[in-house]
Amino acid sequence: MEPSDRTAPRGGAVTTLDRIDLGCRCRVVGIRASGALRKRLFAMGMVPGADVEAIRVAPLGDPVEYRVKGYALSMRRAEAGLIEVVLEEE
Amino acid sequence: MIGIRIALAGNPNVGKTTLFNALTGSRQHVGNWPGVTVEKKTGRINRNGHTIEVIDLPGTYSLTAYSADEVVARDYILEEKPDVVVQVVDATHLERNLYLTTQITELEVPVVIALNMVDEAEATGCTIDRERLSSLLEIPVVRTVGTRGEGLDDLLDAAVREAKTSPHHEHIVGYGNEIEAMIASLVGVLAADKDLGDRYPLRWLAARLLEGDENALAKVKESPVSSRVQDILSGTDLDEYEAAMADRRYDVIAAVLPQVRTAGARSMNVSEMIDRVVTDRYLGIPIFLALMWGAFELTFVVAAPFVALIEAGLAWLSAAVAGWLGPAWLASLVGDGIIGGVGSVLVFVPNIFILFLFLSFLEDTGYLARAAFIMDRLMYAIGLPGKAFIPMLIGFGCNVPGIMAARTIEGEKDRLITILVNPFISCSARLPVYILFAGAFFGAAAGAVVFFLYVLGISTAIGSAKLFRHTILPGESSPFIMEMPPYRLPTVGTSLLHTWSRGAMYVRKAGTIILAGALVVWCLASFPFGVEYGSSESLAGSLGRLLEPLVAPLGFDWKIAVALLFGLVAKEVVVGSLGVLYGTGEEGDALSTALLADPGLSAATALALMVFVLLYAPCLATIATIRKEAGSWRWAGFSVAYGLVLAWTLSLIVGRIAPFFLGGA
Ligand SMILES: Nc1nc2c(ncn2[C@@H]2O[C@H](COP(=O)(O)OP(=O)(O)OP(=O)(O)O)[C@@H](O)[C@H]2O)c(=O)[nH]1
Ligand SMILES: [Mg+2]
Repeated sequence: MEPSDRTAPRGGAVTTLDRIDLGCRCRVVGIRASGALRKRLFAMGMVPGADVEAIRVAPLGDPVEYRVKGYALSMRRAEAGLIEVVLEEE
Repeated sequence: MIGIRIALAGNPNVGKTTLFNALTGSRQHVGNWPGVTVEKKTGRINRNGHTIEVIDLPGTYSLTAYSADEVVARDYILEEKPDVVVQVVDATHLERNLYLTTQITELEVPVVIALNMVDEAEATGCTIDRERLSSLLEIPVVRTVGTRGEGLDDLLDAAVREAKTSPHHEHIVGYGNEIEAMIASLVGVLAADKDLGDRYPLRWLAARLLEGDENALAKVKESPVSSRVQDILSGTDLDEYEAAMADRRYDVIAAVLPQVRTAGARSMNVSEMIDRVVTDRYLGIPIFLALMWGAFELTFVVAAPFVALIEAGLAWLSAAVAGWLGPAWLASLVGDGIIGGVGSVLVFVPNIFILFLFLSFLEDTGYLARAAFIMDRLMYAIGLPGKAFIPMLIGFGCNVPGIMAARTIEGEKDRLITILVNPFISCSARLPVYILFAGAFFGAAAGAVVFFLYVLGISTAIGSAKLFRHTILPGESSPFIMEMPPYRLPTVGTSLLHTWSRGAMYVRKAGTIILAGALVVWCLASFPFGVEYGSSESLAGSLGRLLEPLVAPLGFDWKIAVALLFGLVAKEVVVGSLGVLYGTGEEGDALSTALLADPGLSAATALALMVFVLLYAPCLATIATIRKEAGSWRWAGFSVAYGLVLAWTLSLIVGRIAPFFLGGA
């Protein structure tokens, strides 16, 4: 359940948003979703180039709350898995 | 003289309705979560000889509508063409809000920005240079604080001015050579269709087509130029264009922001601290449950003394009325019909108000969004998005707004399921029935019994959702993507106002539908002439005995059958009808005493009855809402039939099992 159970991706490598540790910042590089969901993600600030930070996980392990474009957005891991990101170097 | 239509648009939860209420003096529902407003609302103002019509729209993140409420907003702006669009912008979330601005300006409609929530932005030390923003965007920007009614005059002035200076040209995002060339060639093709050109700005339409917007594609589908448009689009990767265009919009915004905004030192964030606790891994769920239980306790404990007070008042009133009024029939009409019927429902006003106070607290603080966040995993298990939890919580107040709130749910099947299970969420109208029967038959355990009913309602909703998901409405649950609003401290004034405006509806209902129901039942109980009031020889008795065989297996007699029949109109009428039929007016006794004295009623029957009232067909208003929201009578009919069958079965089972637990009572 916890992202940290997996091998944490290192800076520079492309991974997906659902695998980001809490407190880590990353940058969106691609959106694999299509159609309406894709437009929704764009409108909500999940665009290539956006900085995203994982803030908290819901008590039951899903969804996850992210900070993007200065506001809080929560989404399920399923959707976060469609967003490609690279970790930002500290 | 000349009418001007001003549409309030913007992202969800930015304060559109707050401004609308301040501008027009209306009292539309405001709440601190995205998706409160789901229909357009109109208000009128007279100002310097102008009639100004203000239209409050549901919030939307983009003009590519995604959910049913967003469609309402988009279609209004696009098809009804307001004279000016006031985009309400949350000053604390400029970047995302301005994304919508870039889309609205493409519509070539006059726009004014209401820079709202400036108080919150300033509290964090952030300042926004409105003049600079205005000159960069070429749009007037007005400072507003909706909650304090600041900036309303300036806003109206700017809106009227803009509306009058049309035709208009706005600052429009340039998408770069390649895309602009595509847009230009599309515009060239589209221009051949005069009709299309009259209705929509062609550049906007072309840009939307390039983004693969379904709605835009549908618009050109009927047009003679459709095939040529397809030729241009077919050879291209629309997803690529879409990303590039979104990127450009955010680039433009990113270029503007540093020139107009000086970020404050981000102070210690209270919202963040509260969230650490209430969404904590271990504490989150216990806190949620404790809140629910606490609300529930409050509804009973705090209300009890007030209920007793009203009961005493009504008893005095009916005793007094019996003395004053001459003819026996008149005394019976007022005592049995009006006081017995309406009074027995009004007794529970304190409980209802406390319930609404709690619900408005949930909504106004922003906890509602956290509840959806916490419960999402559970909703996923039954095949619904976490947002479906919000209509359920709203449904505890009343199922009608609960069902309306389902509009924010994106997937059509998800929305239907959410609508169909909402009637099982026990609304405030059912509370009087429980309090009456649980109070009369279960004494100290009354609280636990009512809690059981609420849980049964929720379980039925969840079970039915799962059933529908696997049978009539199969599919995957739609994505859960939701903005989490910051916590806001509701003022005592607004909380009381919200509580009052909804509680008043209950009182109004008592004076209208329930009064009418009570009078009809009183007539049925009094005629034909000469029969003993409320006896089985009366019309009510005949009607009841006609229905009795249907509910006899559940242990209900004819009086209950009549009450249940009229309760279809509104569930409080069950209590009102019983109040009339048991004729509590004369003795001045509380209805509960009369029920307890009826040898035909046992604790087990009372429980079965409460289960029946919880589940059987939704009230008329809810049925009409289901029909409207689901779009066909079929679903409304299904909901009624499903509820009746379920109620009958479960209430039979409960009636049979309960005696074992209640010691054969
Ligand atoms: N601090 C502050 N709060 C505001 C202001 N305007 C509105 N609010 C609060 O923001 C919340 C949302 O207000 P609404 O008017 O319901 O927002 P809306 O844009 O109509 O929301 P939707 O109908 O969901 O799209 C409420 O809790 C308001 O009290 C403001 O200027 N300052
Ligand atoms: Mg609103």
